This record gives sequence, structure tokens and C-alpha cells, in this order.
Amino acid sequence: MGGHFLAKMAALAVQSGAQGAVHGAAQGAVHGAALQTPDASNLPILIVLPLIAGVILVPGLGLLRRRLAHATVVVVVLALLTASLAALRQVLSAGSLHYKLAGWTPPIGIEFVLDPLSAFVVLVIAVVALMVTIYAGSSVRRQNPEREVPFFAMMVLLLLGLCGMVMTGDLFNLYVFFEISSLSAYALMAIGDRKAPVSSFRYLLQGTIGASFYLLGVGYLYVLTGSLNMADVAQLLPQLTSNPALTVALVFMVAGLSLKAALFPMHLWLPDAYTYASATSTSIIAPLMTKVSAYVLIRMIYFVYGSEWALSHLQLGAVIAWLSMLGVIWGSVMAIAQRDPKRMLAYSSIAQVGYIGVGIGTGNALAMVGAILHIMNHAAMKSSLFMTCGIVEMQTGRHSLDGWTGLGRKMPWTFVGFAFAAIAMVGLPPTNGFFSKWYLALGLARAHAWVLLVLLILSGLLTAGYFFRVLERIYARVPDEEGAVGSSGAAVTLRDPGLTLVLPPLALGVGTLVLGLVNAWFVSAVILKALPVALQAQGLGW
Amino acid sequence: MLIDKWPYFATVLMLLIGLYGMVVKRNLVKKLIGMNIFQSAIILFFIVYAWKDKATVPVYDAGLGDVPAHYINPIPHGLMLTAIVVSVATTGVALALLSLIYKRFGTLEEDELLRELRTDRERG
Repeated sequence: MGGHFLAKMAALAVQSGAQGAVHGAAQGAVHGAALQTPDASNLPILIVLPLIAGVILVPGLGLLRRRLAHATVVVVVLALLTASLAALRQVLSAGSLHYKLAGWTPPIGIEFVLDPLSAFVVLVIAVVALMVTIYAGSSVRRQNPEREVPFFAMMVLLLLGLCGMVMTGDLFNLYVFFEISSLSAYALMAIGDRKAPVSSFRYLLQGTIGASFYLLGVGYLYVLTGSLNMADVAQLLPQLTSNPALTVALVFMVAGLSLKAALFPMHLWLPDAYTYASATSTSIIAPLMTKVSAYVLIRMIYFVYGSEWALSHLQLGAVIAWLSMLGVIWGSVMAIAQRDPKRMLAYSSIAQVGYIGVGIGTGNALAMVGAILHIMNHAAMKSSLFMTCGIVEMQTGRHSLDGWTGLGRKMPWTFVGFAFAAIAMVGLPPTNGFFSKWYLALGLARAHAWVLLVLLILSGLLTAGYFFRVLERIYARVPDEEGAVGSSGAAVTLRDPGLTLVLPPLALGVGTLVLGLVNAWFVSAVILKALPVALQAQGLGW
Repeated sequence: MLIDKWPYFATVLMLLIGLYGMVVKRNLVKKLIGMNIFQSAIILFFIVYAWKDKATVPVYDAGLGDVPAHYINPIPHGLMLTAIVVSVATTGVALALLSLIYKRFGTLEEDELLRELRTDRERG
């Protein structure tokens, strides 16, 4: 369907231009009126179209002139951001949007669905993508100049895969987008240190197992229902809950997706991959890849299988919640032991994805609000933190936390975003990190999961353990003067880099504070609507 | 009864052989071969499901009438064509990574690579 899919897309590009007019004519409206009232149902494809154009244009223009690659990505990502903002607004006010690819009606054809949850996640992707794109303009040129064009080409392909995963309403189509995003992620992760290809290859092997398990699960579902459309399958499944094959399908899918989301104990690929990849690659993959996989897990458990059956069957909810909580503790403890800032953040990623897993496993409305909020919060925080790591590497050539001593005074602006994001990771009010954990804690209390609740609070202390240690090193210590020599031996002047490097982590870091301050409005306006219908009825009360 | 389902058992066996190769073999190329066997097993699983004895391509034939048993289900075949494309692409990326690894480290044995990864603490 790779070629088949492209053919459909090409048909679409023609069609979406013509469709407005056809639509208007069908309604008997004045010819041309269609141009004045844009058809909102085209929004799902408008999100993907700039990315498809980018996949072709970025390498093409990049071959002509290197700098054009970055400029093209900026345009593409701005278009993506505009479309996803419009989509979220439209979806929140007027309900879900369905786009039939090439006009084939589901369940036979593939549809793109924008409901509040997918529109929200697409917006998160677009915002992080914009920030990383601004940052990458200078960072890739400074760190991996010979890889500039491939980097941006792969980045656009990654975004295409991720947006497709989020929006598609078809189980098999999701697998294809899954692999598109994974393959570009493997390539991006191979750009970096000398060892990057090794860790990337190991990620490839494990990621393929994950995706294959998902595909096997799709196979079981197809055998059982004869359909691949998510909404259609969700309707057919309740009659099949006694069939043991459905259990197998669920287990395969959850195992495969957990591997891609790096839920404990299937996180083994993550630390090396994040550490050895270049900081720019990591700052686009770390916030998005695992989070979108967690989103797909939510989509499968809550929207396809139905959380009531899926979570209680085999005690799967408890298994996910407990393993995720173990991952939170384990990731935090390992993060404390690290001397390399990137590896520390990689382990902390495992811990933070664990929080999302705890929310998914607990499965009441409060815990799910926490999990969905944390998808956004962690994306903003982790991206900011990894970008700051990259800046320190570029400005000082140091790869160890020891080298960070006193840098807060030498590079004040660089570390503002880092400080905010670190405080948000710890979960102090009024940052956004506090609120996602707050909702998680309320959810655990409502589920009477008291041990998990105690562990959740304890894990906050562990996170404080490693982030305050770093903040103390950055701000409270005097820099040692001999450290002013870079790893290459050349004298390095320690100062803030240019605006394009400082601004993105700063914006995301301050964003964590702003998101925390507007949290109450945000939860009621967006997150509550993004919950599955069954959980919406539950409400946020006791 | 169960013996009639032997093709499914064959796919499970292939799946396990592939997993064994990926987990136990210490050479990265052998791991990649294991991955390919693993993916092929899943492709075969879909095809085995779609197979019908004495049925033909799903194009309407007046002589056969509209009896579903006379036509093979085309959807799993279409899906697996895509899955084959995906698997070829994955293999391509993996081979590109392997050639990069070999150029840099001069070996594809996992033990030697791991030793290199561990001893060389300094990144870069």
C-alpha cells in the first residue's frame, strides 16, 4: 500500500483543490461561494499535505542549496501549526472531523479522524516541531554540518509519520505510519556521536519487534471482526469479549506499543539511543516518539477495545499501572546515578513515560486527565531540557555534568528555560508538571490505589533529587577556571549562544509555567473533551 | 482437527526462530536475518488466514457465481504487500546502519562492539 497510499495522496492533492467547488455546487450555492467559506472537513488532510510537500521539497531544494532545506522546514512546520490550531478550534466547537481518503467510504476506505484528543496531540507535535526547527537551524549546522539536508528531510518524514499515526482511523494504516515515523527516527538517531549507529541499530531491532507485535494484534482483530476501521472494530468487539483470541490480540498490541513507548520493562533501547544521538535529534524524538506511542496505546485501550473490558481483563490495568510505577522509580533512581546529562535525561524520560502509563492503567477520568496532560507537559519539558544539553555541548564541548559547574552565571539565558523545565519535572506548583501529577494522584486516590499513591509522591522526591542536584551545580557553585578549556583543548569563552538557539528552550521552559497557570481553563476546555465518552460521564468529582 | 491448522503452527515456529536469532545470535547481521524471518512469519500468518482451497482471484466470474468460498480474500494480500515494502525499507535502513558501524568500528560482533561502547566512556 506504500505506492497505493502515495497514489491516493496524489489523487487527493488534486481532489482537495476541486472539492470545495464540488461541495458548493452540490449544495446549490453560487459558484465561487465555496472559496469564501472554507470547508472545515478538509482540515485533517491540510495537516498532512504540507508535510508530504516537505518530504519531497526538503531534499529537492536542499540539493540545490543547503540552506533552503531549513527554510523549507520552517515553512512546512508553520503551515502544520496553523492547520493544527485551526483543527483544534474547529473540533472543540463543532465536533469531530472525518476525512475519507480518496473518497472511499469507511470501513472499506481509510479515514483520517480529528477528534479532540487527536487534534490536541497534533497541536503538541506542531508546537514542539516549530521550536526544534528554530533551534535546529543553527545546531545542526554547528554539530553535524555534513548531515544538514538529510537531517531536515528525516525530520519532516518523522513529523509526517507521527501526525499520520495520531489522525488515522484505520488500524493497518496506523502500522504504516508507525513504521514511517520509526524508520525516520532510526535514521535521525544515527546522526550523532561515533557510537550512534550502534544504539540506533539496537533500537531498530527492538522497535521492529514492537511494531510487528502490533501488526500481529491487528491480524487477530481482522480475523475476528473482518474490519480494520477503528470505529467499526470498536462497535463489533463487545460481542466478542468471551473469545480468547481477542485477549491474544489485546496482549500483542499492548506489548508492542509499550515497547515503542518505552514503558518499563521494555525500555532497554532508550538510554543508549537518546545519549548517543545528537542533541537535536534527541530533542525532536524524545518528546514526541514515546508520547505518540503512548497516545496510540490510549487510542487502542480506550477507544477500540473499551477500557472497561480491556483494563479489567487479565488485570491488565493493574499490570500496566504497577509496571509503569516500577519504571518511574527505576528510571528516577538510574537518573540519579548518571554523570552524563543526556543519559540522565534519557532515564528520566523512562520515568516520565511511566507516569503516563500509570494514568492509562488506572483508567478513571482523573487519572486519564493526568496522563493526557502529561503527554503535553512532558513533551514541552523534555524538549527544552535536551535542547539546553545541546547548547552546553556546542558552547563548551563538555559531555559530563561536572562541566556544568557554575554555568548559570556564564550563560544566564541558556539556563532560564532549563530551570523552569527542571522545576516542572519535579512537579512543583504552579508549573504544569505539578498539575499532571496532581490529577494522577487524585485518580489513584479515587481508585483506592494507596500504595501507588505513596510511590507517586516518593517518585517526586527522587526527581527532585537529581534535578535539584543539577540546579545547585549550575547556579550555586563558582565555575572552576580550568574548565574554561573545551574538550578539544582550545580555549572556549563561556557565553550564551545566539538567539535562535536560546529562544526555543526558553520559550518551552516558560511555557511550562504558563501552561501551569492556565491549567484549570485548559483542562475544562480541551482535556475533558478529549477523554473517552465513558470517562467524560464520570466527571472530575468524587 | 488441530492438525488441519498446521500452517499456523508453522508461522509460530518461524516467529520463534526469528526471535531466537534476534536475541541469541551475537552477530548483528545474523540478528538482522532473524528480524527478517520474524517479519516474514507475520506476513505468512496473514496469507495463511486469507488462503482458501480451490478458490480463485477475487474477480467476479459468472461460471463461479457469487459464492464467497470461490474467491480468495484480497485484503490481507494487499496489506501484506505493504508490509513487505515496510520490511524491505526496514532492512535497507538496517543495512545502511550496519555498513556505517563496520566502517567506524571494523566489526559487527556484538560483544566487541559492546566492549567498545563500555570502555570508551568519553562520548564523541
